[in-house]
Amino acid sequence: MNSSGILSIITFVYGLAGFCYIFAWIFKKPSVSKAATWVALIGLAGNILGIVMRWVESYQMGFGHAPLSNLYESLVFFAGTIVLMYLVIERKYSNRVVGAFVAPLAFLAMAYASLSPNISDRIEPLIPALKSNWLIAHVIACFIGYSAFAVAFGVSLMYLMKHKSSDNSGSLVSHLPDADILDELNHQLVMFGFLFLSAGIITGAVWANSAWGRYWGWDPKETWSLITWFVYATLLHARLIRGWRGKRTAILSIGGFGAVIFTYFGVNLLPGLHSYGSF
Amino acid sequence: MGNQAIMAGPFNKIWEFFTSVRLTIVILLTLAATSIIGTLIPQNQEPADYFKAFGVFFYRLFSIFGLFDMYHSWWFQLLIVLLTINIIICSIDRISANRRILFVKKPAFKLARFRDLKRKEKFKDDRTAAELREVCRAFVKRHFGHILIETTDTGYAIYGEKGRWTRFGVYTVHSSVVLLLIGGLIGSIFGFDGWVNIPEGESVSQIQLQSQAQPLKLDFEIRCDDFDVSFYDSGAPKEFRSSLTILEQGREVVKKDIIVNDPLRYKGISMYQSSYGELPSDKLVLSFTSAKTGMIYTREAGLNQPLVIPEKLGTFVLKELRRSAKFKGHDIGDAYVGILTPPNADPVEVILPVRFPSFDKMRKGEVVIGLGEQAQRYFTGLQVVKDPGVWVVYCGFILMIIGCYITFFMSHQQICVELAASGSQTEVIVAGTANKNKTAMGTRIAVIAGKLAKSSSVV
Repeated sequence: MNSSGILSIITFVYGLAGFCYIFAWIFKKPSVSKAATWVALIGLAGNILGIVMRWVESYQMGFGHAPLSNLYESLVFFAGTIVLMYLVIERKYSNRVVGAFVAPLAFLAMAYASLSPNISDRIEPLIPALKSNWLIAHVIACFIGYSAFAVAFGVSLMYLMKHKSSDNSGSLVSHLPDADILDELNHQLVMFGFLFLSAGIITGAVWANSAWGRYWGWDPKETWSLITWFVYATLLHARLIRGWRGKRTAILSIGGFGAVIFTYFGVNLLPGLHSYGSF
Repeated sequence: MGNQAIMAGPFNKIWEFFTSVRLTIVILLTLAATSIIGTLIPQNQEPADYFKAFGVFFYRLFSIFGLFDMYHSWWFQLLIVLLTINIIICSIDRISANRRILFVKKPAFKLARFRDLKRKEKFKDDRTAAELREVCRAFVKRHFGHILIETTDTGYAIYGEKGRWTRFGVYTVHSSVVLLLIGGLIGSIFGFDGWVNIPEGESVSQIQLQSQAQPLKLDFEIRCDDFDVSFYDSGAPKEFRSSLTILEQGREVVKKDIIVNDPLRYKGISMYQSSYGELPSDKLVLSFTSAKTGMIYTREAGLNQPLVIPEKLGTFVLKELRRSAKFKGHDIGDAYVGILTPPNADPVEVILPVRFPSFDKMRKGEVVIGLGEQAQRYFTGLQVVKDPGVWVVYCGFILMIIGCYITFFMSHQQICVELAASGSQTEVIVAGTANKNKTAMGTRIAVIAGKLAKSSSVV
């Protein structure tokens, strides 16, 4: 079986993990949530295996390169980083309800990569502009940032749910972590994501300067990444200096993730140098 | 005196206006929202295209607000200048307000502050406070840089702190943003952005600027010795390579092959591989192979000059050189296209792709037309850029990453280990604060107290 075969199976593994997390949360079955963690771990292992195999396959085809060069490969990597980020948090905060909100995101990313007819899973050789040592650094930094924002998005949704219905013990909401913890977690994730988003923009700028002779050119992808940066910078300042907490930061975090998604997908609809498929 | 007060009034007001973080939030969100416009309206296109797309009214309206080059419009630049002033004034204001915290040689500690903390770790030890003092001092010294011991009403308080300097992290980030803007400004004042096409074997000494019509004279010459383009089997480009030589008064000084992502830099000017093209050759050698006799006839052909093919195989007229020609939906690259008129049949279009010289065999006609041996001459398209601000920007980049890391993940931490006599025993109280991430500090204090309890009991 080749890498795309394995990765399309992983789609369903992530789907199952998401289902288990949600099931365990709704029906309050801790044993199922433990199983969900194992399913997610197996999915992550398969995801990494798929990426490594794809890397090897590209060398066998005679034009080896890191599997980070097109929309398919980036989605697969994105799904992996989301699950990795989540599992680290699950371990640190020993709470599995977050998985019900985050694992489905990894499933969606993977499903989009594997099932969408518009996304080719063929391994293509690198075009001249992508042949750069900055490719790996740029893509990895961006997607670590994106995945932190994705988990922050899930956490913010949880916060808003928790915030709305105050103290119905026995309801679904009562199993969510405390609002304070969610708020703090959101903030931690946004800081982490912001550092890596900055690193991603910076490596991209240095790369652009070596390929195109300018570090910043206001192309739509660059501009949207800056818009995302502005939104999260607003969140950080509002929180640290003006003391915004809870609902307002949760909404900003959700808005920021909207900007991330547009930077990632929406920009391909607009004209620019980054639109993967058009080369 | 009175005069001074009047002068101070408006100045203070302006200063105060710029110290507001609410202003920062408003500017950041405005920048985010307005930046979207430029991604929806393609920037720097021909006026005629805009006119067609938007109509008279919106064309005029958008022009007034500079939306066709909005990132360089006065109002967008103004927002950036406001943000810069805001960042600088906010930072100065906060540094001067916090100077007693930021710049101290001997940090002072207030016992009451630690006693008031909600989260404290306590344990008891059988030794006296005086006996424990040295153990705890050594322990705190090991984990925190600066320490201080005070005598209290019941025993001792041992203070320690570290990471006071991390309070400068946020100012590092702010100065990095200012550096980026200064670098950008230096680039736009002292730099230029241009392009030049150089045919293989020729050299140039002036380039065309993006921003103005008249060419810019360089104080050296660039010669293109060779240009090569290679393709993958799929037809996607693999590599564009130009062999360049820099000449100073006719003398070769630098030679380098450049590819995309690997430019040539000389005297602060960088030359990037950005495009290429084929030079129109005025003469083309065609071969006509008769299917019946196998004879090959070669003829020189020019555009629109009919050629009579021997053996009464008809006439052939070369019509055009078609860029990225399509054949059954596939891109076959540049191709010459001509019309073949056999003696007693309808004219047919014949495609002669530059990359596939025997392409016409597939037509299975009575005559196979081929492109003769001819050295294709290319020109290389270079982007020629000078940006002296780029190193300032790169310094900003490095400072931003370091600053973000310090600001987000390091903190100024203080600890207080209080030794209080209680009966025959001593109560050890460990409390600590940090300027950031207080939850994590609480956990850290618990860990430290655990270690301290263990290490002191062993002694």
